[in-house]
Amino acid sequence: MSMPFGYASPEQIMRDKADYARKGIARGRSVVVLQYVDGILFVAPNPSRALHKISEIYDRIGFAAVGRYNEFEELRLGGIRYADINGYTYDRSDVTGRGLANLYASNLGRIFTESIKSLEVEVVVAEVGDTKEGDAIYRLTFDGSVFDEHGFAAMGGQAEAVAGRLKERYRESMSLADALEVALAALTEPGGERPPVGQLEVAVLDRNREHRKFLRLTGARLERLLAQTSNPPSATATPPAAPAEGSGDTPPPTGPEGDVDDGSSPL
Amino acid sequence: MASHRDLPAGLMNQLFQNTGSSSFTEFVGSYAPELLPRRGEVLATPIGDQVPHATTIVAATFAGGVVMAGDRRATSGNIISQRDVEKVFRADDYSCMGIAGTASTGIEFARLYRVELEHYEKVEGRSMSVQGKANRLATMIRGNLAMAMQGLVVVPLFAAYDPDRDEGRIFSYDVAGGPYERERFDAIGSGSIFARGSLKKLYRDGASADDMVMTLIQALYDAADDDSATGGPDVTRKIWPIVSVIDADGFRRLSEEEVSGYVQQMLDARMISPDGPIAPLR
Repeated sequence: MSMPFGYASPEQIMRDKADYARKGIARGRSVVVLQYVDGILFVAPNPSRALHKISEIYDRIGFAAVGRYNEFEELRLGGIRYADINGYTYDRSDVTGRGLANLYASNLGRIFTESIKSLEVEVVVAEVGDTKEGDAIYRLTFDGSVFDEHGFAAMGGQAEAVAGRLKERYRESMSLADALEVALAALTEPGGERPPVGQLEVAVLDRNREHRKFLRLTGARLERLLAQTSNPPSATATPPAAPAEGSGDTPPPTGPEGDVDDGSSPL
Repeated sequence: MASHRDLPAGLMNQLFQNTGSSSFTEFVGSYAPELLPRRGEVLATPIGDQVPHATTIVAATFAGGVVMAGDRRATSGNIISQRDVEKVFRADDYSCMGIAGTASTGIEFARLYRVELEHYEKVEGRSMSVQGKANRLATMIRGNLAMAMQGLVVVPLFAAYDPDRDEGRIFSYDVAGGPYERERFDAIGSGSIFARGSLKKLYRDGASADDMVMTLIQALYDAADDDSATGGPDVTRKIWPIVSVIDADGFRRLSEEEVSGYVQQMLDARMISPDGPIAPLR
């Protein structure tokens, strides 16, 4: 028997799906999640005030995502339902980041194999503990793989370059201002402009808070914090810079096409 | 296999049905209805007298906020079933609820209500309006009407700080729901008649939080004085009323030491004047 028309090997299908997802994810801006002395810090350059990339899932659990908004929003809502119903069925302390990461992993994995189009998302589930040893950062990719990250994670855009800069600068038990400085330095291409205050989405899981540990840092509070960093950003938005010259030399690690983020644009 | 149009929502829906609503109660009702407080069951005999009942809750507004306080007694008929029960609960950062009536049902309601408010906040990315919170609680109480008719009555008192008006607001309910917004102060439970009488004489418009806490401690003492089901401060066991203050800074439950300070001050004054402060006649 000859092969049916339009046959593609499973390897080819999986590879195509993965390439498709990687390209989609690399299109957005990066998001950085890192540990600081009192908990976990999330930083995302995000021009939208309404469409969040970072959000609260439960008392100790935060969520950050990159990629297609409608897809990770669905994951976020599913996670909130999972957490709320488990906390209501048992006790609030019985909702864990590990459980949520497993739920996401199984769903992402199933969608990756069963559906024609995999989800173009990458998410971080972070949980703050009573001490820094209890903190956990799980990074999940579009195919359902789970990475138990130590100290920091970067995803989206030029994730590997951002993770590299983050690794160089990251130290254990930094203050919040220092951690924010490290995150902004990692998110900025060498020689590039830092995103202005109004286009930063910043949140923390602060282990010293009562009840709910998640807190968005906005407005005056964020500006005060940024003023403490060694390299305060400009308060006003700068016009988009011309495309960086270096962007054509080597293809970014994830090999995206089209509207690729090279870190030079403040948006 | 589901059509690609159903994904990813389709697969997530199988796990956690998306009702399209931001309400946690509606979600649980469709996903795991057995977890909701009992509804529509018929008891062979009314058991109202056999389960512990929570008694008096008082609340009053002050300049820029609201205070709620509750005694610590639970009774089953003529028996004191618990001396240190807690019946004032934090609902979210800017609201709280107190319960009177069947203690178990009330505690269940408080737990569900807290998740309900938080769920909305996380899903929608904003806090529910104060009126919305009050309405939501009314729906929950109305759902319990069948059980209330069989003796499992639970009536809440809801207090919240309204950031739009920069003031505290109080809502009361009856067994069939509500809400009824109350000006200045309100009380629920078996001792509420006496507490309300006391509050009527002691309430001052525009008082400070500190003065209002003292006013509520006085009102609870007056309720315990005349109602056998309301517990007064237990000096030997060091059990004090639960007092919560909500203002622009959010919900704060006063510590044992803080409350014992107020109680001690009140008791000292009552050693001389057992009926408490005397309101001016003219």
